Amino acid sequence: MLNSGISVLVEGINLQRLMLGLAVTVRIALISIILGSLLGVFIGLIRSSKSKVIGFICRFYLEVFRIIPVLVWLFIIYFGVTNLLNIHLDGEVVALIVFSLWGAAEMSDIVRGALESLPKHQMESGLALGLSFWEVYRYILIPQAVRRMLPGAINLSTRMVKTTSLVVMIGVIDVVKVGQQIIERSVLKTPTASFWIYGLIFVLYFIVCYPLSKWSKNLEAKWEN
Amino acid sequence: MEINWAFIVSSAPLYIKAAWLTLKLAALGIAASLVIGLLCSVVLFYRTKGLVNLVQGYIELSRNTPLLIQIFFLYYGLTKVGLTMSENTCAVLGLAFLGGSYMAEAFRGGIEAVSKSQIESGLSIGLSDLQLIRYVILPQAFAVTLPSLGANCIFLLKETSIVGAIAIPELMHVTQDLIGIYYQTFEALLLLVVAYLILLLPLSIGLTWLERKVRYAQFGN
Repeated sequence: MLNSGISVLVEGINLQRLMLGLAVTVRIALISIILGSLLGVFIGLIRSSKSKVIGFICRFYLEVFRIIPVLVWLFIIYFGVTNLLNIHLDGEVVALIVFSLWGAAEMSDIVRGALESLPKHQMESGLALGLSFWEVYRYILIPQAVRRMLPGAINLSTRMVKTTSLVVMIGVIDVVKVGQQIIERSVLKTPTASFWIYGLIFVLYFIVCYPLSKWSKNLEAKWEN
Repeated sequence: MEINWAFIVSSAPLYIKAAWLTLKLAALGIAASLVIGLLCSVVLFYRTKGLVNLVQGYIELSRNTPLLIQIFFLYYGLTKVGLTMSENTCAVLGLAFLGGSYMAEAFRGGIEAVSKSQIESGLSIGLSDLQLIRYVILPQAFAVTLPSLGANCIFLLKETSIVGAIAIPELMHVTQDLIGIYYQTFEALLLLVVAYLILLLPLSIGLTWLERKVRYAQFGN
């Protein structure tokens, strides 16, 4: 029974279709990681400013995205905002918006943590040595901060890749949706289709995420001292 | 934009019921993942032969795959090879599978924070392995671990939003239904957000407080 079912993976163009679905998943993840990181670094930098108002706004932004689950955000934009503004947004666009904003919120906290962990006297020492404000940033603070935040940032990327699996709930044809279509089409001929297809998707996600988390762990170990 | 308050009032009981279910599933999932996490961290600590690779493999699998796929595989996949479970069982198992590795990492961090000399001293005054865990490691590791355990609990509670995908009538599923049946999109989403805020805001504030306490205990500021 089990042995006969596995052929569903390679039947017809099933495997190609799953790979195309995976490409959609990876595309969404990649674009939102890039946009989220850029925005997150920017927010993290301005959060270190002394202004109480800016600090409060950034903190509020972070908490709002932390407390409400990402799936709820997808629903709010996909159903709520489109309804309110009477516009149509493609599921993939909604996913990009939500994941970028969420990623930026998490990223800003990583950046803030890295900057705050640097001893204050480094800036003063640098200035005392005659470096300019920007030279201190360029040669002293940023190289150290990058080391401290890169493992966290890569970990965040892994989380974002995993979270892209939710886009199936707002009608994006990603690897999960393609899998469901294949299962529905072949369930009469191959009753075990869902076991094999979901098993394969499970493995596919692992193949994408594992190298990332391994990389992050290695960097962390390397830069611990 | 007119808000249909009557609809909100009449739907509120549905959300209360769904919120209870969400809490119940999360509590069971968290309890199970605490047990799994503790067992895994003990195995990793003692480097128990044969089990270490198994535990490490499990942690990697669980951390590098999405909960949605884990649950789909449990619910739709395993039933086809003869292992049929109710959707609630699948949800709790999925949460436990996912949360176990996160809890294990949290415990590991705590155990590593207990200094080597204490463990060696404990052994040299004749404590057994179990006594060492019970009287030396756990009390100290627990305090250090508490914030990350709390963060994991909030994480798992939020992850329950996904189990609606296997037709469990929790908050997301109820919302999806109300939007689909009555088209009261705005009201349904409002109730959803309020429900999650009521569940998560106190926990999040509590966690911040806890982090400050533990930090104070460790560093004194």
